[in-house]
Parts: sequence; C-alpha cells; structure tokens
Amino acid sequence: MSVLEVKDLRVSVETEQGTKEILKGVDLVVNEGEIHAIMGPNGSGKSTLAYTIAGHPKYHVEGGTITLDGENVLAMTVDARARAGLFLAMQYPVEIPGVAVTNFLRTAKTAIDGVQPSIRTWSKEVTEAMKNLRMDPSFKDRNVNEGFSGGEKKRNEILQLELLKPKFAILDETDSGLDVDALKIVSEGVNRAKANTGLGVLLITHYTRILRYITPDFVHVFVDGRIAEQGGPELADRLENEGYDRFLTESGLADATSPSQA
Amino acid sequence: MSAPVTLVTSPAGSGIPNSPDHSRLGSKQHSDGGWGLVPVQVRSARFSSFEIDDFEAVTGQELEWKHSPVAKLTPLTGGELDGSPLPIEASNAAGLRIEWIDRDDQRIGRAGKPEERASANAWSSFQKALAITITGEEPVEVVVNRTALGTAPRAAHTVIVAEHHSRGIVVLQGSGEALLSENVEIVLEEGAELTVVTVQEWDDDAIHLASHFAEIGRDARLRHVVVSLGGSVVRINPSTHLSSEGGDVELFGLYFADTGQHLEQQIFVNHDAPNTKSRVNYKGALQGVGAHTVWVGDVLIRPTAAGTDSYEQNRNLLLTDGARADSVPNLEIETGDIAGAGHASASGRFDDEQLFYLQARGISEDDARRLVVRGFLSEIVQKIGSPALEARLQEAIEAELLVDVASR
Ligand SMILES: Nc1ncnc2c1ncn2[C@@H]1O[C@H](COP(=O)(O)OP(=O)(O)O)[C@@H](O)[C@H]1O
Ligand SMILES: [Mg+2]
Repeated sequence: MSVLEVKDLRVSVETEQGTKEILKGVDLVVNEGEIHAIMGPNGSGKSTLAYTIAGHPKYHVEGGTITLDGENVLAMTVDARARAGLFLAMQYPVEIPGVAVTNFLRTAKTAIDGVQPSIRTWSKEVTEAMKNLRMDPSFKDRNVNEGFSGGEKKRNEILQLELLKPKFAILDETDSGLDVDALKIVSEGVNRAKANTGLGVLLITHYTRILRYITPDFVHVFVDGRIAEQGGPELADRLENEGYDRFLTESGLADATSPSQA
Repeated sequence: MSAPVTLVTSPAGSGIPNSPDHSRLGSKQHSDGGWGLVPVQVRSARFSSFEIDDFEAVTGQELEWKHSPVAKLTPLTGGELDGSPLPIEASNAAGLRIEWIDRDDQRIGRAGKPEERASANAWSSFQKALAITITGEEPVEVVVNRTALGTAPRAAHTVIVAEHHSRGIVVLQGSGEALLSENVEIVLEEGAELTVVTVQEWDDDAIHLASHFAEIGRDARLRHVVVSLGGSVVRINPSTHLSSEGGDVELFGLYFADTGQHLEQQIFVNHDAPNTKSRVNYKGALQGVGAHTVWVGDVLIRPTAAGTDSYEQNRNLLLTDGARADSVPNLEIETGDIAGAGHASASGRFDDEQLFYLQARGISEDDARRLVVRGFLSEIVQKIGSPALEARLQEAIEAELLVDVASR
C-alpha cells in the first residue's frame, strides 16, 4: 500500500522584495487509491505545494518532510521523483519546440520504466489512450504543447498520466479553462487511471465543478499557506454555497475570491 | 508610406551577448521602420573588387571583420595561397556535369564580386574552378567531398549553375584539415530550383572562410543551407542577389560552437526586382568557454523591388557560461511599396521550465538538455530535403551533444 506523506512543510521563494514564506506548515497524508481535493483561493499556495512535491528548483524547503513509502522525496532530483512514482499535471504545461509528442512519450516511458516499451504494444497503447481522450492522432507528430489550445494542453497532461502510470498524481488546476466537454473527458481520464492503477490523487482546484465528475474522498481548504479545514465531500458543497470568505476572515485576509461556478 | 524611405535598423549595440540566467527565449520583433534611423554604413554602398590589392590590409576594425579573430586569419587575408584544384571526390549522375574550368571561362564572375580581402585573395589565386552544372528537370543530387586539404593556405573557386527549369541539390562537405579561403558562385537560371548545402565538419584547428554569391533568375528558387559544426574558425558568408522578378530564396543555417570555436555567418539578401521573396532562418547552439558565434543578417530592399516579402531570424541557445553569440540583423528599405519585411533575433539560456517539464516526466537532466537542443536545431535539418543527409546530420548533432552537453 503506497503512501505519500507531507509533514509540517514550510516553503519560501526568493522575490525582488526578499525571501517570501508561502507554505507555513502543511500536513497531508494521501494513500493509494485516495482522491484528495485541495481547494483554495488564488495565491493561497496551492501551486507552490504542487511544485515543491515535484521538486521545482524555485521553491526552497525551509522545514518539514515529504516521503513516498517512507523514502525521503526531498533528497531526490526532479527526475528521480518522477521515476519513484510522482506525477505533476501542470497548471501551465510548457512548450518544447522541435520535440514531437511521440518521441517525448517514448523517452519518458523509457526513463520511468528503465526499459524501452515494446514497440508493438506501446504504439497501440498510445493510440488507444489518445482515442479515449478524444485527441486527434495527428497530435503524435506535433511538438509538445506547441500551438496547443489550453484544453489540448490539459488533455496532453492526462495522456501522460495514463501512459506513465505513476503512483500519485498532483493535478494543478487541470480543470481551469476547460469547457464542460473537455472537463468530462479529462475527469474520465483521471478516473480511468485510478481504476486501472490504484492511483492516489491530489486534485488542486479553485472551483467545485470538477468534483461533480471526480468524487473526492477528502477535501482540504487551503488558505494562506496552510490547510484551514478538512473534511469529506460535503465540505465542497459548503464551499460552493458559502465561498472562501469565512476562512479568509478567520485568517485575517480580506481579498475574497469565490469558488462558485465558472 | 508613399515616398521611398531609407532605413537602417540595428538593435542596440552590436549584438546580444550572454543573456542573463533563466531568460526564456524571448524575441525582439518588428516590422519595417520600428527602430528608426541609425547612421551606419549601408550595405548597398559596400566596396567590391576582384583584386586583392584593392583592399587595405585587414586590421579587424572593418565592418566585415570586426567580429572575427583576424590575427588567426592572416594567412588567408594577406598571405599567398595555393590555387591548385582541391582534391575532391564527387558523385556523378545523369542530369548534371562536373568539370574543372579555366579562369577565363564565361561562367566565372556571373554571380559574384569579392567584398573583402580573403575573398579577393582567393579570387586572385585560384588556377581552375570546379564547375557543377545541373541540366535536367528531374531532381538530382551531387555530393562534393573535400577532405584532408592540408595545413597550407589554399584558395578555391566553385561555380554552380542550375540551368533553366532544372532541379537539384548540391552538397559541399568539408572534413579533416583545412586552411581555406574560397568563393562559390551560384547561378540559377529562369525557373530553376536548387538547394545548396555546405557542411563544415573540419578538424579542431581548421580555418575556412567562404563567400557564396548567388544570382537568382526569374521565378527561380534557391534554398541555401549552412551547417557548421567543426573547425577553429569557420566563416561562411552567403550573399544572394534577387535580380529578376519572382525570385525566391530561403537561407537556412545551423551551427554548434564548442569551447574555443568561432563560427560566423554574414548573410546578405539583395532584393533588386519586383515580387521577390526571402526567408532567412539561422539557429545556433553554443557551449563552453570561448565558444563564439556571429550572425549578421543584412537585407536590402532596393527601389526596384516593389512587392518584396522578406523575413529573417536568428536564434541562439547558450548552453553554458563563457559562450558568446553576436546577432546583428540589419534591414535597409528603399521603397515604400513592400509586401512585408521583418526580423527577429534572440539569444538565451536554456529554458529552465522546459528542463523541469521534461525532468518531471522522469527524463534525466542530461537527456532533457539533449532533447531540447536536438529539437531546437532539428527545425533546420528538416528543411534540407535530402533524407540521407538529414539523417547523417542528425547523427552528427547527436555526437556533438553526447560529447558536449554531457561533459558540460
Ligand atoms: N516565484 C515567485 N516569486 C514571487 N512570488 C511567488 C512566486 N511563486 C509564488 N509566489 C507567490 O506565492 C503565493 C502563492 O502562489 P501559488 O502557489 O501560485 O498560489 P495558488 O496556486 O494557490 O494560486 C502568491 O502570493 C504568489 O504571488
Ligand atoms: Mg496555482
């Protein structure tokens, strides 16, 4: 049984005004097969948590631990974390000019598995996964994310999730900017991955609407670099009705953004 | 714009040296007129002559030499050159002729006239010129191998003629030792479609200076590709004259400079007839202390060139500290009646976000770097149009990457 554990995580970034503390002690335990929704207003530190787990060099860990099945994730390079079974679906996937999707996928799969995937089954698997995500086969020959629309980029992230088969996936606002059809397609992909591989998910979102398609086991409200409250799926319903205002007032923050329907 | 204007544009300073860390490959772009008037010597007024003695000794102050390590080049810019025919190997095929021709042959001097001293020195010194004539409408490919040219200074002259409506690819490949100054004349007659590729994979201490002159006939299309990977100093200056209506040039280049290498290219596109088109795209990777690349792109749109459509760009990827990429686009527009003219130039570090993205998919840092550089340069390789050569060059780039990026 795999488990991803975050304990008292404190993280800062360097800004022009000096060091800025963003995460102020985050505790989180995600077990295999569990879906945890992390909801919070803009600027509360959700992406910082995602990037820190993935190992982005911009974020400095000031204290706390991250472990995957007891292994110290913080001691691993970015690529080692991915090979250990962590996956980050990015809020803003990066364009890689001159690198075709098919070449990229094969290279990543080979790196993760440590061996080249079998030519015959692999290309079938890719074709099938793309079909499920309603991606045109021509995407294989295009350069990674280059000229993709917002929705296409997000589908491409879920495509990688399904093909690379990690233990834990962090989805950073994968739902943002998707129309309802794309939202359903992407949600189906996440649900499929969970059904097929027992994936554990950290579902970061600003809105509640994706939770109609992906049912969370736990909901955490993220405010000002901390988890302000947690509960079951019913907490999402409360957020939908009440907004983040209550938490923002409690933490002394004025700038309230609502998580209501987009 | 109704009245003709003369504009010379140039980015601040003479180049864009080491951009700061973490910079994404941003680009500066603008169309005609964006940067206003800058008083520098215009390309249209540059001196030219066949005689070496018409040029002053090279000091390194001259516009055309100021980026180059001129001290290393004295044997070619000032000294005596061996003008005997180069030892070459060339493939032959139906639809083309290859022969050595005398200095007084009519074909010589049709496309070019030297604009600097090394070029004039080579012109004054060669004994026989290699003439390659493409005759047929069925596409042909010819590969000319120049290997082991020795360490004594030499001169060479090549004339490539694509007869009217002929089609072909001419590949000039250099490897081994060389201390060479050469002129290559390229003539495209009416409706011809020609690709010329010059590949420099010389030994580490080789020096190669080349001026290519292309004369583009009516409705003819030239694709010209410069690939510079090996050599101590390699300077390839392609100059194209769009002298007849409907002419079209695509000038591509890729270069990969390692520690101590100087790879330079000065491009000139001379729009001199109506409805002519040019596209320039050069990409370079630099790696190691003292790796230096220079790209100068002069585009001139003369009053006679109404309806010109022109765009040039240069991009450089700096893989390590201590490397320097100079990138100098210049646009001179002498008519208000153009279809389009613009340029872009960008030199930057590895995009760390690209590396992060690839690493976050399990790909090691070295492999990620290789993937990014390969992707960056392959855009140019894919344009060559000769599958065999494209595959070989992909491998050559691969080899550069294995040595270089890994031992960074
Ligand atoms: N590289 C950075 N430089 C400066 N401030 C940053 C940087 N990254 C994040 N921040 C700041 O940290 C806070 C949290 O950002 P982020 O984690 O992106 O929040 P969220 O994803 O919840 O919207 C914000 O105030 C943001 O401006
Ligand atoms: Mg965010």
